[in-house]
Amino acid sequence: MGEMEQLRKEAESLKDQITAARKAVADATLPDTVSSTAVVGRVQLKTRKTLRGHLAKIYAMHWATDAKLCVSASQDGKLIVWDTLTTNKVNAIPLKSSWVMTCAYAPSGNMVACGGLDNMCSIYNLKGKDGNVKVMRELAAHTGYLSCCRFLSDSEIITSSGDCTCLLWDIETGTQKTTFAGHLGDCMSLAVPGDFKTFVSGACDFTAKLWDIRDSNCTHTFSGHESDVNAIAFFPNGNAVITGSDDATCKLFDLRSDQELITYQDSSIMCGVTSIAPSLSGRLILAGYDDFNVNIWDSLKAERVGVLAGHDNRVSCIGVSTDGMACCTGSWDSFLPSFSFKGQDNVMRLCKQNKQQYL
Amino acid sequence: GEISHDSKKNRWLTRLSGQMERVVVSMQDPDMGVKLRNQRLLITVIPHAMTGNDIVEWLMQKFSVCDEEALHVGNLLVKFGYIYPLKEPRVLTLRPDETPYRFQTPYYWTSTRWPASELDYAIYLAKKNIRKQGELIEHEKESYNMLHKRINHTWDFVVMQAREQLRASKQRRKADRIVLECQEQAYWLVNRPPVSPCTCRWDRTRMTFLAYFMCYLHITLISTHSGFVKYCEQYQPHDPIMQGCLPSNPWITDDAMYWTINSDSVAVPTKLRVERWSFSFVELLSDPMGQRELMAYLEKEFSAENLCFWQACEDLRHGENSKIPSKVDEIYKQFLAPGATRWVNIDSKTMEKTLQGIKQPHRFVLDDAQMHIYFLMKKDSYPRYLRSELYKNLLARAVVPQETKKRYRSSCRRFLRTPPRRPHRHHACPPPSSSVGTQRSHTLYTGPSPSPWKVTGNE
Repeated sequence: MGEMEQLRKEAESLKDQITAARKAVADATLPDTVSSTAVVGRVQLKTRKTLRGHLAKIYAMHWATDAKLCVSASQDGKLIVWDTLTTNKVNAIPLKSSWVMTCAYAPSGNMVACGGLDNMCSIYNLKGKDGNVKVMRELAAHTGYLSCCRFLSDSEIITSSGDCTCLLWDIETGTQKTTFAGHLGDCMSLAVPGDFKTFVSGACDFTAKLWDIRDSNCTHTFSGHESDVNAIAFFPNGNAVITGSDDATCKLFDLRSDQELITYQDSSIMCGVTSIAPSLSGRLILAGYDDFNVNIWDSLKAERVGVLAGHDNRVSCIGVSTDGMACCTGSWDSFLPSFSFKGQDNVMRLCKQNKQQYL
Repeated sequence: GEISHDSKKNRWLTRLSGQMERVVVSMQDPDMGVKLRNQRLLITVIPHAMTGNDIVEWLMQKFSVCDEEALHVGNLLVKFGYIYPLKEPRVLTLRPDETPYRFQTPYYWTSTRWPASELDYAIYLAKKNIRKQGELIEHEKESYNMLHKRINHTWDFVVMQAREQLRASKQRRKADRIVLECQEQAYWLVNRPPVSPCTCRWDRTRMTFLAYFMCYLHITLISTHSGFVKYCEQYQPHDPIMQGCLPSNPWITDDAMYWTINSDSVAVPTKLRVERWSFSFVELLSDPMGQRELMAYLEKEFSAENLCFWQACEDLRHGENSKIPSKVDEIYKQFLAPGATRWVNIDSKTMEKTLQGIKQPHRFVLDDAQMHIYFLMKKDSYPRYLRSELYKNLLARAVVPQETKKRYRSSCRRFLRTPPRRPHRHHACPPPSSSVGTQRSHTLYTGPSPSPWKVTGNE
């Protein structure tokens, strides 16, 4: 047994040596790889548009693929499609259930979907013949609240639920086609990449999972977070996933090497992440937090390069438009009665860069 | 304590094995994996073999590392038994030359069969002993005697199993038998190496390999990180939040010109847009204009049926459920049937599988065929398109828009489309990222009438 103990100690010290060597080389190489690129200076985004109209907490928003329209869902029981450039409301869709938690815009622009505590995903046809927006389908099968939904096309949609599963639906027939089960906690969010062959989900079991849509298998599980994973998005190159969690950190996981690459954290940030979105090149990651701010991270150097302050309550949703021009945030801004002099309704702010400094 | 340390190590090993397995699986991918060929072993031909050189080259390419590092990784795969040498089975190192190797069957992967069973080892040794007396080498003889003592109560079973397995193997084709024997032998060489059967020493060897593997993980970490850096750098000029955009960000200037000049139907695209098509095949295909341009090129080359087939498959995958059978039928008639007008060149294996599958059509039934054609276009047509006159001319003709300065924010001037009252001016200070030169005195638009570009006093 003495020899065993000795060997174990040797093994441990070997491990430590390697970890140290790894870190040393990593520290030496990362600045090299990054130094030749332009350093990101302070990123300042300015509010350009404020979309007013919701009367209660805004829970979700999603950009249309044309980068001009977006849809938002609020617990005032309305789904609003906005023309963000003019700030006009294109559609204001009253919902059967006001407890909505998510919304999505179809890539074609023909439909929107929403769902929430009613455990259902309701699909609305925006391009109905008579111009009215009507419920097209009500997809009911989940036994828990609907936390997120994303269209794959006009025929298929994926939903994630508090019942710990994700479902793939056939919209035409309104039936579920595939069940993705495996999470041990409520599924909180999902994201679909450009090729629509896989998707990722984040859940309250502290993990994120990558699923193959065709086989319904979970091909990767990413652990590392110490609390619920609330937000998830694909890195623009499709090879990595960024997650935001109640443990106050965001993480970047590489799909090909199945590793946690980078953690975005700061000792001054102690509240959970609610929403996350990368900029078009992926260099910047915008994350919304419970402390009413949006932090902008340099994704490669894991440094905070900007803050969007301006909401009066937690930032519940964030989205960068498909052409990367603007980011939109929605929040739980305090609900004030309409007679209040301040008039700060629940707003959605579209922000765009004011100026950029190169160091 | 001891137990917890062991289980922690086992978990770690399992995790690392999982990662190695993933590498091995991707190495065996029919499209993107290592080149396989037949290998002559004395008078028998063994299929699906590869050379040490091929392995190293593939690893270099896959992980973007130098040959030394690739050799490191390859060595791990051999030492852990995922790849075995055909000619000198006891030499568990990867030689970067023409030495032949083969992938170990998943049945014998370290992760699936670990720890190695004593009983199995006894049966293996018994087989060797029965087959040829004196074939056992020194350490095997020791193990054999030791096992005979230790599990003496089941020895009859061991011998019976050994005889049965030998009998079954005699009924196989010679090539198959040799392959199976190689696989089994390789497994035992990894799991019962020629040192005295002391778990402590094996522990130590494993630890060393783990050390190597940590290095490998580290290498992949660096290479993946640099992969991200490259991506971000490449896309930075296209990221409006990072670098602005021309003519202007509509959110700042209230001028929707950017969207107008980048629409699907614009006659002359922007330079950035055309450049982006050269980043990856995916970029070219994601832009409807890019697809049209590629189609025009392929038509000249008389290979447009590939892109048409791919588009039809996309339509099938994302379209309505009810239309699937008719779409599959149509695709079959046009592209897959013998003598079809736009027959696509798919390898026989995939074709066979596809033709079988379309008897019961579903959304994903053409996935394999589509993937094959996609890779065909990516490897062949796409690089040639980028080198073609068609692409180069388009790039030369593509425009770099002039910057629009921020307009004075007055509600009455929003979205007015009055004709230009005066010619626009050059700016003294071009934006940092643009490639606008002073040679360009005007931009060429044959699209909708442009908004006035007024230079304001502000900013």
